[in-house]
Amino acid sequence: MKKLILGLITALGLMGGAHAAGGDTIAWDKAPVNTSDTASLQNGAKLFVNYCLNCHSAAFMRYNRLQDIGLTNEQIKDNLLFTTDKVGETMKAAIDAKQAKDWFGANPPDLTLIARSRAGHGGTGADYLYTFLRTFYADDTKATGWNNLAFPSVGMPHVLWELQGKRRPVYETKMEHGHEVNVFKGWEQLSPGAMTPLQYDQAVGDLVNFLQWMGEPAQKTRVRVGVWVLLFLLLFTVIAWRLNAAYWKDVK
Amino acid sequence: MAEFKEISPNASAGAKLTNWFENRFPTAFDAYRVHMSEYYAPKNFNFWYFFGSLAMLVLVIQIVTGIFLVMHYKPDAALAFGSVEYIMRDVPWGWLVRYMHSTGASAFFVVVYLHMFRGLIYGSYRKPRELVWIFGCAIFLVLMAEAFMGYLLPWGQMSYWGAQVIVNLFSAIPFVGPDLALLIRGDYVVGDATLNRFFSFHVIAVPLVLLGLVVAHLLALHEVGSNNPDGVEIKGPDAPKDANGKPLDGIPFHPYYTVHDILGVSVFLMVFTAIVFFAPEFGGYFLEYNNFIPADPLKTPAHIAPVWYFTPFYSMLRAITSEMMYALIACVVLGAVLGVTKLKLPSLFKMVVVGGAVVLSALMLAIDAKFWGVVVMGGAVIILFFLPWLDNCPVKSIRYRPDWHKYLYGIFVINFVILAYLGVQPPSPIGERVSQVGTLFYFGFFLLMPWWSRLGQCKPVPSRVTFAAH
Repeated sequence: MKKLILGLITALGLMGGAHAAGGDTIAWDKAPVNTSDTASLQNGAKLFVNYCLNCHSAAFMRYNRLQDIGLTNEQIKDNLLFTTDKVGETMKAAIDAKQAKDWFGANPPDLTLIARSRAGHGGTGADYLYTFLRTFYADDTKATGWNNLAFPSVGMPHVLWELQGKRRPVYETKMEHGHEVNVFKGWEQLSPGAMTPLQYDQAVGDLVNFLQWMGEPAQKTRVRVGVWVLLFLLLFTVIAWRLNAAYWKDVK
Repeated sequence: MAEFKEISPNASAGAKLTNWFENRFPTAFDAYRVHMSEYYAPKNFNFWYFFGSLAMLVLVIQIVTGIFLVMHYKPDAALAFGSVEYIMRDVPWGWLVRYMHSTGASAFFVVVYLHMFRGLIYGSYRKPRELVWIFGCAIFLVLMAEAFMGYLLPWGQMSYWGAQVIVNLFSAIPFVGPDLALLIRGDYVVGDATLNRFFSFHVIAVPLVLLGLVVAHLLALHEVGSNNPDGVEIKGPDAPKDANGKPLDGIPFHPYYTVHDILGVSVFLMVFTAIVFFAPEFGGYFLEYNNFIPADPLKTPAHIAPVWYFTPFYSMLRAITSEMMYALIACVVLGAVLGVTKLKLPSLFKMVVVGGAVVLSALMLAIDAKFWGVVVMGGAVIILFFLPWLDNCPVKSIRYRPDWHKYLYGIFVINFVILAYLGVQPPSPIGERVSQVGTLFYFGFFLLMPWWSRLGQCKPVPSRVTFAAH
């Protein structure tokens, strides 16, 4: 019986998290997500509106919801409204959907929920995005001239290339199970970007942090309320336990 | 009409009011007595007896949160996904209502599986409680339909493709299958018509049936009385009773089990709310990650898996490959041979058994394995209905059964969990073999029960329930 129970526990452990996306790509890096960091979220929002929103929409996200990350309606109107003039509107893409399909082969996906939908075996959706946005490289064989390690043959070009610069992955040949395999070793910088690698990682971290927050704006409220609900239930359970004991103490 | 009860003019206003109502609506007062204050339940209920009341609690949570969701949800293929996000973002506390409903769906199956397991180990399905068990199995079946149709409504990728896969299963039925699948979908693919009819079924038709069955389940239970961990009848003709004829081993449901269940409810709610507030996706098992992508009929996900509570049955469906059919035919032939040689049947019956086995084997060869997969999946639920007549053990409760019965039930549970696990995973050659063995064990457990449940030495059953005062 003990063995069976142990086996069962092992099986449960193996289940880990359910997964969505598969494929043989590189391991995902841990994203520096902290949805309490308002400065990071605001910087992420700025990057998002400037770089992503040209092609991608965030169709379920209203501009004025950015008040939740410490921006005033005036700030939102003055700095972040490019595709509309109403602050209560949702974030639509600047690009025409039909043209986008012609150019990239597919419509750029909506990004409202991208951080939630991209979670999988490799980690959270934020981890995926953090890895994806940092592993673009120049590849002349592709129509856009760009390729990606986390999403091979991706249709999206490296939108942030001016910030990161052009890079190329370096592989080393290793023997594995008697076969020669190419293993990713590191990067070779072909041309410098406007940011240092450290600054770039931070910027992408802020952007991913924003995407994580946007996937579920209520996520912090949820946890805050949850603590109080659980504290109440803890107290209630003690009362229910004593009440039950009081009723049953005379039952023989 | 019943006699009017007179009440002293000096009685309190509350007593007068109660008397006024009782004289005009005595049925409600009788029902309260029959089902609550004078319903005697055994004293010795343990942990396993919380899950019936918890299932009722979850049903109420689902109905109440469902009512609020319907106020904002749009059953339209173009609007459905967006309306769910609208609930999550723009409706005040909408996220809470939605998470309660999505977590409630999984919680429902957790408590129902545990409730069924309780019935299984304590023999709660045995005479005279067969109908209670059958209503319960019907509730389980209807609940599966309810959950399946509800899962389409968020209109995400997994909603869409899960529904596509499951509805397509019906098309495997010979002759009527394709038309039946068309009738269910209302279209040639899952689409707006499907969403609308699933919405209608999910919010009104199926819940009505579910509520009716829950009432039948409880009325039938209160007629024959609750079983208990000892499997001892507390209301039988030989059971000890007090001077008023009340069972000595029983206790009024209200207030004793109401306060008891409140304790169970509060512990359950701690687990439930911890998931709702801190892990509503539950690692992708309660809300699948893929379902945060709107349904796209042109993009099939690489891996389609049903939600966890369907996966044991889904595994059994996938286990039935054309190879597996030979194993199943061998089982049918073996069963027929054993039936003819071991059972003392009249020769006419023997011929029927042999003829039946031959016809069944021929059909199993002639019709596609996919159809038999559907039969096996459906059969895995339907077989539960017959449990009262499969169990031949002289005692009801696992407590007094031979020890090896306990191990057998343990293996049954582990097998069920392994099947559930394999159903979540993408198909693999090893997984296929394991799920095939698991499927044979699942059916063997039930179909051979008339034989194995008779074996072994049972322990003496006490005449009174085991109860230690608190």
